[in-house]
Amino acid sequence: MTGTGVGEALVTLTDVSAGYGDTHVLHDINFTVREDQFTGILGPSGAGKTTMLRLLLGSLKPQSGTITRAPKLAVSYVPQLETVDWNFPITVFECVLMSRTARRLLPWATAGEKADVASVLERLGIGDLAHRHIRELSGGQQQRMFLARALLRKPAMLLLDEPTSGVDFSTRHDVLHLLADLHEDGMSIVLTTHDLNGMAAHLPHLVCVNHHIVASGTPQEVITPDVLEGTFGARMEVLQHLGVPVVVDDSRAAG
Amino acid sequence: MTSILEPLQFAFFQKGLLVAALSGALLGFIGVYIVLRGMSYIGHGLSHAIFGGFAAMQLFAAQLYVVGAGLWGVLSAISITAVSRRSRVGADAAIGVITTASFALGVALFAKFGTSGPSFENALFGSILGISAAQIWGLVGVTLLTVAVVFLRYRVLLFTTFDPDVAQASGVRVARVEALLMIILSLAILATLTVIGVTLVAAMLVIPAVIARMLTNSFGRMLALSTGIGALCGLVGMYLSYYASVPSGTMIVLVGAAVFLVVLAITGARGLRRTAGLDSHSEPVGVPR
Repeated sequence: MTGTGVGEALVTLTDVSAGYGDTHVLHDINFTVREDQFTGILGPSGAGKTTMLRLLLGSLKPQSGTITRAPKLAVSYVPQLETVDWNFPITVFECVLMSRTARRLLPWATAGEKADVASVLERLGIGDLAHRHIRELSGGQQQRMFLARALLRKPAMLLLDEPTSGVDFSTRHDVLHLLADLHEDGMSIVLTTHDLNGMAAHLPHLVCVNHHIVASGTPQEVITPDVLEGTFGARMEVLQHLGVPVVVDDSRAAG
Repeated sequence: MTSILEPLQFAFFQKGLLVAALSGALLGFIGVYIVLRGMSYIGHGLSHAIFGGFAAMQLFAAQLYVVGAGLWGVLSAISITAVSRRSRVGADAAIGVITTASFALGVALFAKFGTSGPSFENALFGSILGISAAQIWGLVGVTLLTVAVVFLRYRVLLFTTFDPDVAQASGVRVARVEALLMIILSLAILATLTVIGVTLVAAMLVIPAVIARMLTNSFGRMLALSTGIGALCGLVGMYLSYYASVPSGTMIVLVGAAVFLVVLAITGARGLRRTAGLDSHSEPVGVPR
């Protein structure tokens, strides 16, 4: 996996500052997402990870700086599971079909749309759950449902907000592999995470954020005690295991 | 049986039955979006705001009160949306200030100058007496318009109700959809104002939709059920208001509340679970970072 991307720029943030109301969350961000990129935005809670994702998505305007997008860029977004209203009365099928909102006026799905939804659900291994209510799914299945909705748009860039938050080890493993496969197929992927060992260490490229970009590079380059201290504000020890950095709490390492 | 058919011999009752059923159905239909968006309080506030316009137009041109109150309602709805979007004032506070001030203005105007149209009490609690043919056609027109808007904008309305951020990023003009919803909500409140009454319209926006949510997990079925329950409440409430000699709006709402209790007793904890969080969907829990 290339990680940093080799193709044309899809979205470029230049000297961007952003926030909500009078609150500034991100300062002086310079960041480009290219074709074939697979990047994790790493940082603690409140560091501005989701804000950065929303800037890339286009749902948040910058307070200053410029954002440049490739023409007719198709972007899909997978929200954090914790932010979803799971009580909303819709089935998996209805949720996935939302991707096709802009193209059709009439309420019901065409035969082609039904086939497309069935195909993407099948690909993600939840084909038999199409008519279940969204609350009846497990955490991993819920994540796959939103991935299905995202993929139905055939995006050039896929954004995921904390895709492994609140899911078990096996689901995290599955999601990582699924994303790697999508990247292999040529999709650019940007996700946020605060999970150092379970997620960040396995990604090809990381950007460490704490209101500004602290560092960027491969996990080997940025998962270091100095960068982690600059990002998370706490000293951590980094060990190596089979070529993958493993972070342990400094006090535990010392003890 | 004879006593059930008895009121049907009166033309005013036949008209009232039609208007009550249509009002209940219309409010039940649009109420699904209001409830699922956590905007129940907007329905409450808008009905009060429209009352201000209703009273003001009695002063200047009573025959045009529908136009004036409608414009007043739409402007109030747009003001609420603008204030809550662009400032630090939350939607609930914006509704509290704008709509109650409008309602207070209406009460003051009524008290000072009286009315040449529907009475103060009828405007507040609803009455089928004196409903004109123009009002009935107005209600039919608003119902058809609402059905047409929901039919043609079904997908975007669903998407923006469930997931406005992703809808925006997917090319849906969320602000425009919200404005459209506010406009048809204002028109629906205005069209049903003289039947249900200002103070009770909000209840009929919420009760059928909540009952429907307790009964189903499907959005499409919720729309159909809520519309049917609203119409049923209108019909039964109208009958009971005739026999009890109380304002139609109060009886329609009381029937809705009774149906709610029956459905709650039948569905129990499952029904309650389904309705959990219906009041907390519109405002994000916290600012995402």
